[in-house]
Amino acid sequence: MRETQMHYCPGCTHGIVHRLIAEVIDELGVEGKTIGVSPVGCAYNNYLYFNCDMVQAAHGRAPAVATGIKRVHPDNVVFTYQGDGDLAAIGTAEIIHAANRGEKITTIFINNAIYGMTSGQMAPTTLIGQVTTTSPFGRKPELHGYPLNVCEMLSTLKGAAYVERVSMHDIKNIRNAKNAIKKAFKVQIAGLGFSIVEVLSSCPTNWGTDPVNALKWIGEKMIPQYPLGNFKGKDLEV
Amino acid sequence: MAQTDMIFAGFGGQGIQAAGKLIAYAGILEDKHVSFLPSYGPEMRGGTSNCHVIVSDEPIGSPILNSAAVVMAMNRPSMDKFESYLEPGGILIYDSSLVNREPARKDIKAFGIPATQIASDMGNLAFANIILLGKLIKETGVVSAGSFESGLRKVLPERKHHLIPDEMKALRIGMDY
Amino acid sequence: MGEKILMKGNEVIAEAALRAGCRHYFGYPITPQTEIAHYFAKKMPQYGGTFIQAESEVAAMNMVYGAASAGARVMTSSSSPGISLKQEAISYAACAELPAVIVNIMRAGPGLGGILAAQSDYFQATKGGGHGDYRMVVLAPSSVQELYELVVEAFNIADRYRTLCMIMGDGMLGQMMEAVEFKDKEDIYQADKSWAVTGTEMKRDHNIITSIYIDPEVLEKHNLKLQEKYRKIAENETRVEAYNCDGADVIVAAYGTVARIIKNVIKTAEKEGIKVGLIRPITLWPFPAAAFEKYAEVPQAFLTVEMSSGQMVEDVRLAVNGKRPVHFLGRMGGMIPTQKEILEKIREILK
Repeated sequence: MRETQMHYCPGCTHGIVHRLIAEVIDELGVEGKTIGVSPVGCAYNNYLYFNCDMVQAAHGRAPAVATGIKRVHPDNVVFTYQGDGDLAAIGTAEIIHAANRGEKITTIFINNAIYGMTSGQMAPTTLIGQVTTTSPFGRKPELHGYPLNVCEMLSTLKGAAYVERVSMHDIKNIRNAKNAIKKAFKVQIAGLGFSIVEVLSSCPTNWGTDPVNALKWIGEKMIPQYPLGNFKGKDLEV
Repeated sequence: MAQTDMIFAGFGGQGIQAAGKLIAYAGILEDKHVSFLPSYGPEMRGGTSNCHVIVSDEPIGSPILNSAAVVMAMNRPSMDKFESYLEPGGILIYDSSLVNREPARKDIKAFGIPATQIASDMGNLAFANIILLGKLIKETGVVSAGSFESGLRKVLPERKHHLIPDEMKALRIGMDY
Repeated sequence: MGEKILMKGNEVIAEAALRAGCRHYFGYPITPQTEIAHYFAKKMPQYGGTFIQAESEVAAMNMVYGAASAGARVMTSSSSPGISLKQEAISYAACAELPAVIVNIMRAGPGLGGILAAQSDYFQATKGGGHGDYRMVVLAPSSVQELYELVVEAFNIADRYRTLCMIMGDGMLGQMMEAVEFKDKEDIYQADKSWAVTGTEMKRDHNIITSIYIDPEVLEKHNLKLQEKYRKIAENETRVEAYNCDGADVIVAAYGTVARIIKNVIKTAEKEGIKVGLIRPITLWPFPAAAFEKYAEVPQAFLTVEMSSGQMVEDVRLAVNGKRPVHFLGRMGGMIPTQKEILEKIREILK
């Protein structure tokens, strides 16, 4: 991490996830060969926070950009950092095909059930009944379809080697999250294929709540829709 | 002649594109300027196939032909379409096994050869285009038979070089027809 | 120089790219340029390079963005509808100053249109098909030999200026075969790519490739820097062929394959005592306005011939600047202007 002030809202968990990634990179001793890809979304300028080389990608295209980088530098460690609008809406094709090609990259996927940067619109991951600025009467399946479970979907792909969902809502889960992120990077370094960690995160600002209740909301509302745990690659020895 | 404009046409699979390329390659070996423009797209598959070939002593302008000095037609639709492209005094070479009419034009030189029948008698239908090329070379002098043979050697993969003597036999049948 | 080989335009593009040191190609199939992908798919493994058939043109161009960020010589190719899909990443790459080569073997539009030759993407390529104030160098070869030379040059220009460089051909040029003579060794511009993301190796500060500048003052400054670069490119890289123009009765402006048809027209017109000149822009952007200014008062009139409804003609009119009338003849939909109709138009102009 760089000595700089982050721009995230109070109670947002992006900062924690950044720190976990940075710690993992340090512990694995790969900072000098890591290249990150920033998304479009609240984390658009997280290239300012990481000490490693960074590329800022177009909305949803980070997996394609990371593919280009990794194919040029196969010995480097390449990760993408993407939100749910970026990865699960506009970038669905790119993430599925990067995973399916078994690109040796790691994706950190932030699921906070909403579009943060553009001020609280419905995301593919928005829960049924959840009020957003574009679902003011709550998400209705007959109008908006259903929450998209990315890990479940990607775990059906042969190229995806490691798929796990974690959460930021308490210390224990944050610790689990770090372990999962570390394993995802190790899977990449071992050349086993595509790895992704979905991180259930809070957005108190756009959820219209305070930071503490936001964490509670993850545990009570999000986890029933997005069960935590490993979907693939649990037993990989890396 | 400084420049020879040729159109090759037939069904897809009759070796139309190959015939055009062979003439172009032979032209290169004689240090001439050449261009080869195929028809492309869906019509390649099973429909009609044609290509425009130019062999010239000077750099070539347009690779696309609105008229031609030579037309080689391997089926009736091709002859129907391209006979009118011939310039007065132009040369029409067609496969009379497959074209069941006489040329309509009187101001051209037309040569019908039952190439598919002869090739079938030789035991290889794939020689029909070569037989017609033999006549084309003989009547136009656009390239020599020797350059044609050298071109074959360049174009064909090594594993097909054993066919060259038969190909040249087919060429000579066409030349002498 | 080696021996002359008969090769298809599309294959020459791929071979030229390999010779120019391009080891990364990302594409998506579309007629009439798919042979480029076929050639790379076959050859890249021998060179230890990357060939990816991407899930879309959108993804392919973003892979180019990634590979260019990583410092590689990289290329993508497509045809008109596919080039439209690439515009997003083209604009981003222009802003992030990434060097890459994009090939557009144009087909007729709009929409899915048809697969036959057209020149109706001139506006898209030269005036910016994507959003924002950016330019890319657009090279328009008219023969297979020139295609080879300009593809190699495109990589050099891209690296020299950290810019996108487009090769604009049409279906006819991509599909036709002509003799091509490759050099034994290419002149390859060795660029300093210390800006690329390669991993810091803990020896330098991190490199960032980005196209986002939230602060308006910073973004304007970045835009001014881009504009200064484009000015330099215009100064150094404008290419044009002026043929038979001195004392011409009519000067025709045409590029790519259409310019070849004009060369035939020149010969035929000569027999009628009409002197026709040709100004053939080789760079469509930067547009060779100076060549038109130079000959602006020579002919009775100019005639622009395009396989479009009239796109380049606007730049010709700007360059001629009212000194002579500028006429237009265009065919669309995959139809190709014939020598006969061009000659008739010239006679009509001179009447």
